Formats: sequence, structure tokens, C-alpha cells
Amino acid sequence: MNKPVEGHITDVKQRYKGGVLKYKQMGYWRPDYEPKDTDVICLFRITPQDGVDPEEAAAAVAGESSTATWTVVWTDLLTAHESYQAKAYRVEPVPNQPGQYFVYIAYDLILFEEGSIANVTASLIGNVFSFKPLKAARLEDIRIPVAYVKTFKGPPTGIVVERERLDKYGRPLLGATMKPKLGLSGKNYGRVIYEALTGGLDFTKDDENINSQPFMHWRDRFLFGMEAVNRAQANSGEIKGHYFNVTGATMEDMYERAEFAKELGSNIVMIDLVIGWTAIQSMSNWCRKHDMILHMHRAGHGTYTRQKNHGVSFRVIAKWLRLAGVDHLHAGTAVGKLEGDPMTVQGYYNVCRDTYTKTDLQRGLFFDQDWADLKKVMPVASGGIHAGQMHQLLTLFGDDVVLQFGGGTIGHPAGIQAGAIANRVALEAMVKARNEGRDIANEGPEILDAAAKWCTPLKQALETWKDVSFNYTSTDTPDYAVTPTAS
Amino acid sequence: MRITQGTFSFLPDLTDDEIRAQVDYALSKGWALSVEYTDDPHPRNVYWDMWGMPMFTIKDGAAVLFEVKACRKAHPNHYIKVNAFDNTRGVESMCLSFIVNRPKVEPGFGLERQEAAGRRVRYTTRAYSAAKPPGSRYE
Repeated sequence: MNKPVEGHITDVKQRYKGGVLKYKQMGYWRPDYEPKDTDVICLFRITPQDGVDPEEAAAAVAGESSTATWTVVWTDLLTAHESYQAKAYRVEPVPNQPGQYFVYIAYDLILFEEGSIANVTASLIGNVFSFKPLKAARLEDIRIPVAYVKTFKGPPTGIVVERERLDKYGRPLLGATMKPKLGLSGKNYGRVIYEALTGGLDFTKDDENINSQPFMHWRDRFLFGMEAVNRAQANSGEIKGHYFNVTGATMEDMYERAEFAKELGSNIVMIDLVIGWTAIQSMSNWCRKHDMILHMHRAGHGTYTRQKNHGVSFRVIAKWLRLAGVDHLHAGTAVGKLEGDPMTVQGYYNVCRDTYTKTDLQRGLFFDQDWADLKKVMPVASGGIHAGQMHQLLTLFGDDVVLQFGGGTIGHPAGIQAGAIANRVALEAMVKARNEGRDIANEGPEILDAAAKWCTPLKQALETWKDVSFNYTSTDTPDYAVTPTAS
Repeated sequence: MRITQGTFSFLPDLTDDEIRAQVDYALSKGWALSVEYTDDPHPRNVYWDMWGMPMFTIKDGAAVLFEVKACRKAHPNHYIKVNAFDNTRGVESMCLSFIVNRPKVEPGFGLERQEAAGRRVRYTTRAYSAAKPPGSRYE
């Protein structure tokens, strides 16, 4: 061999003679590789440092998220090393984003422990995001092979069973986060729960940072909260629930809180995303064992999901959470106060609810994903939404969603019960109209006005919030070519 | 008191035309309709009495409405609901369920409390009418 080999060096003597090789030469760039049905496939968006060849950068991502270290190690030869090497097999420029590339990488199934999101994340987003030759990297999407999906138990309850337990069908569920989120005593907090549930909501919710602070011990909140839930059930003849946030400093604390909620007869508990993957899977097991619905508040996700050049897309987080096993997942509102391009948000909802997710570039879905009958996650739309947007919300998200109107219930000028009535009437009127064949996306305001004629609380709600909207440009939008590039 | 189980209980009672529109929507989705009735509307009573079998083969909304009316005639003072069932793989459950008849007077539910240790309370929801035997609860 006179000329140094640019790509994969297959000659063992050359490949393992010691020193430093390019990642491409080590075999992490394999443009001819055909991914297997059992491979995990990741799509990264990378921004290489100036002067770094995109293919070499892609190979480096594959290497650093699998077996490679910075230098050649002969101990690779003690292994069937080709199995352990991730393989970058496709690189293409991101449409309209100079300097950024989409990189497709395949990982053999042997790289991952059965049923462990902690292990998946340690591999795929472990070291590689700090790698110097890249300015930035983002895990955009992931294809999880059926063989691996089947090693997870998924949601403890799922949409279908949740509805059967609650005896509520054919419409979105209604919820509200209790406000103010900090400072209420247990007794006062229970009052807000009672008013909202009695008025007509299905669920009320602790906020992410309600744990057990000096103003309200968790046991006090649970005891007063269950009085409120039971009273509201008797008042309405409907099943109601309050998501008690059992997030705590340790697993022992969380188990203790969850046990107490169970003992008091709660049908649902809640955790925050910040507790971490291992704790999430433990709580999922606990919920499955005790017939509890598990509500996941995605606290903290914006630190790594929002900027599209670096981090992990929320669609990947949603896929991992469906595997890890949560029943409810905050997945955005599109029209409310928090980040979310409508099509991108619909992509997250599909990931939660599909039996088979189809590739849909406009919604940021780069792969077909067979969910292998894994239970479905109920998405939750929460944050800055109100009754006047009901037609938009129902059009965007359909029936299988929890619509949470916190301010939009508790902030009602005639009181919390009036706020809840307004939301429930708006919802049922809109579902009824849709089923009757009305074009709710366009006729929504008329349908709401008609219901407001006989429902004063709805009239007041529409007047109070008629001009409220959050029209800002979304940060996280899909980048795709209108005609996908042939490859 | 008005029991608010079902998809449309916060709206004024549906007229027969409105019921028909919902039935036609369900049929257009390929769902099977069924009619159920009860005089035990406890929120955890999931097994209302079936007014015949679910109508898996009926594609005509008029036939469903005929059954609703027949059930109403036989049980004018019971709760009656129409359910729509989707047997698609991965659903295999109800996709719509709404009340189409209710007693003239709905006394509602009382909440019984049994005080237990450590401020715990054991709650029991009991319909005021449940003390009477079935068939004579809402006369």
C-alpha cells in the first residue's frame, strides 16, 4: 500500500499498528452499510468546527457514542469489534442551515441493556455532546427496533385503560394546575382542588415544584386533597383525580409519598422529569404494581430540547418516556404560552399515541416507528390556554389529550367553579359540533358564542380572555427540504 | 343535582335529532353502537344493564334510535346511555358514551366518612336512592 487509505482500513496490520487514526479509517464511516431491522438508528444534527470534514465528524460521533477512544487500542481485537462499532452511513446538509449536517448512525442491538433507558442515554448522549471537533450536536430522532421495544413494559396504564378506569370517553380530559403554585397551606390548596373538580374538571394537578416545602407538608396536601376529590366525586357522580406530585429527594421519599397517596385512595400520582431515567422507571414499576396512573411533568426539558442546533429533541425524549413507562406526558400546546411550533408539537403527540408512527418530515418525524402494541401515552397540553381556543386545541390534538387550563380556570372572574364550567361546556359543545360535521376550525368562535348564550360562565370567560394569544416565533421547527433529497 | 357522567352531560339534554347525529358520526367511524341502562349510577358501577347486544352489524342510525326509544319506553325513569365501541387493534374500547335519558329527579350522592388513624378518612360514595331495591329507586 503506497497511498494512505482515506476510508475504512480493513487490513488488520495497518488498522492496529498503534497511534492515531481518523475515525473514518477506524471503520465508523460506512456509506455502504444497510441498517438492519434490529439496529437502533439515530439521526444527529451536527455542526462541525470550521475545516472539519462532515464525514469525519459523522464517523467521530458514531465512534464516541459507541466503542472508540481517541487512539487505536489493540484490545479491540479481543472482541468482535465490528458489532460494537456504531456505523455512520449517511450525511447530508441540513436544508437552509449552512454548516449543519444530518448524520444517520446505526447501532447494533448488542450495545444496549434490555429495558434500560439509563443505558441507552449513557451511550447515545453520554460523551459525544462535549466532543471538541463539533461546535454543536443534537439528537433529532431515533428509530427503536421492535426487538428492543419489546424489552420495555411501557406505560403502566395507557390511554385505553385510563379511560376505562375513569369511565370517560369521546372527548379530551380537562385538568388544571393549582395556583398560586407556591404558598398555599394544605387546607387552602384543597379548596382550590375542590372548586375546580366540582365545577367540572376531571383532574387537578400539583405543579412541578410543589413537593414538601415549609408552607405545606406533603402529607397535609394529600389529606386535604383527597377530601376535595371525594367530595367532588359525590357532587358530580363522576370519577375525579388529583395528580399528587411525589417527587422527592430520594427514591425512599418518593415511595413513601406514593404509598400514602395509594392508601388514601388516589388514582394517580405525578413525578417530574428531573428525577432522572432510573427513578422514572422505578416509579413506573411501582405504579404498575399498584394500579396507579403515572403523570409526568417534563420539568427541565427546555434546557436541552429547545435550541435546535444542540441538545436532544423532545420527540426523542417522548419516545424514551413511552418506553420507560409514563401514562401522561406534557407535550406542548402549540397555541399557549410555552414554546411549540404546531406541526412539531403534533409530531410529539403522534409519538405518544400512535400504534405505528409514519415518517413525516413536516412534523419532524424522520423514521417509521413500530410501537409493537406498547401502550399509549396520554399527551397533556398545559400552559397559557383558555376556553376561547377550544376549537383550535380540538382540531390540533383530537380527543386523546388532557387539556389543562390552570389560569384559565382559577382566574375566572366569577370564581373557580365558574371557570371549570366554562371550560367543560366549551369542550363538550365543540366535540358535539365536530361530531355533527361542523367545520370547527373555522366555525369555532360561532359555536362558542352560541353556547355562551345559555352558559354565563362561558360568556364571561370568552370576554375575559378574548384577546389573549402568544404569537411568537418558534425556536424549534423542523428543517426539511420540500422535496426530500434522493438518497 | 345532575349526574355529569358521559360525553355531553354539561350540555342541555340532547334531542332525538342530536342523538341521531352522534350515532351517525359513530357509524361513519365504523364503531358499534350499544344501549345500556341502570338505576345504580354510582361512578364506579361500570356494568350497566345491556339493552340487548352491541349492534355490531347495524349501519343504520334509525335502527339505533329505535332501540333508544324502546329502552326509554321500558325504563322511563332510568339512566340510559348510548355507547360507541371501536374494535380496532390497540383501541378495543369505547370511543363515545353519552346519556340519553335520566330520571326526572336526581337526588345525587352522599359522602360517608369513617375517621381512621392519623387523620385518615375512609370515604364511601352512596347514592341516596340506592337504599331502595332495584327497579323502585327513581319512581
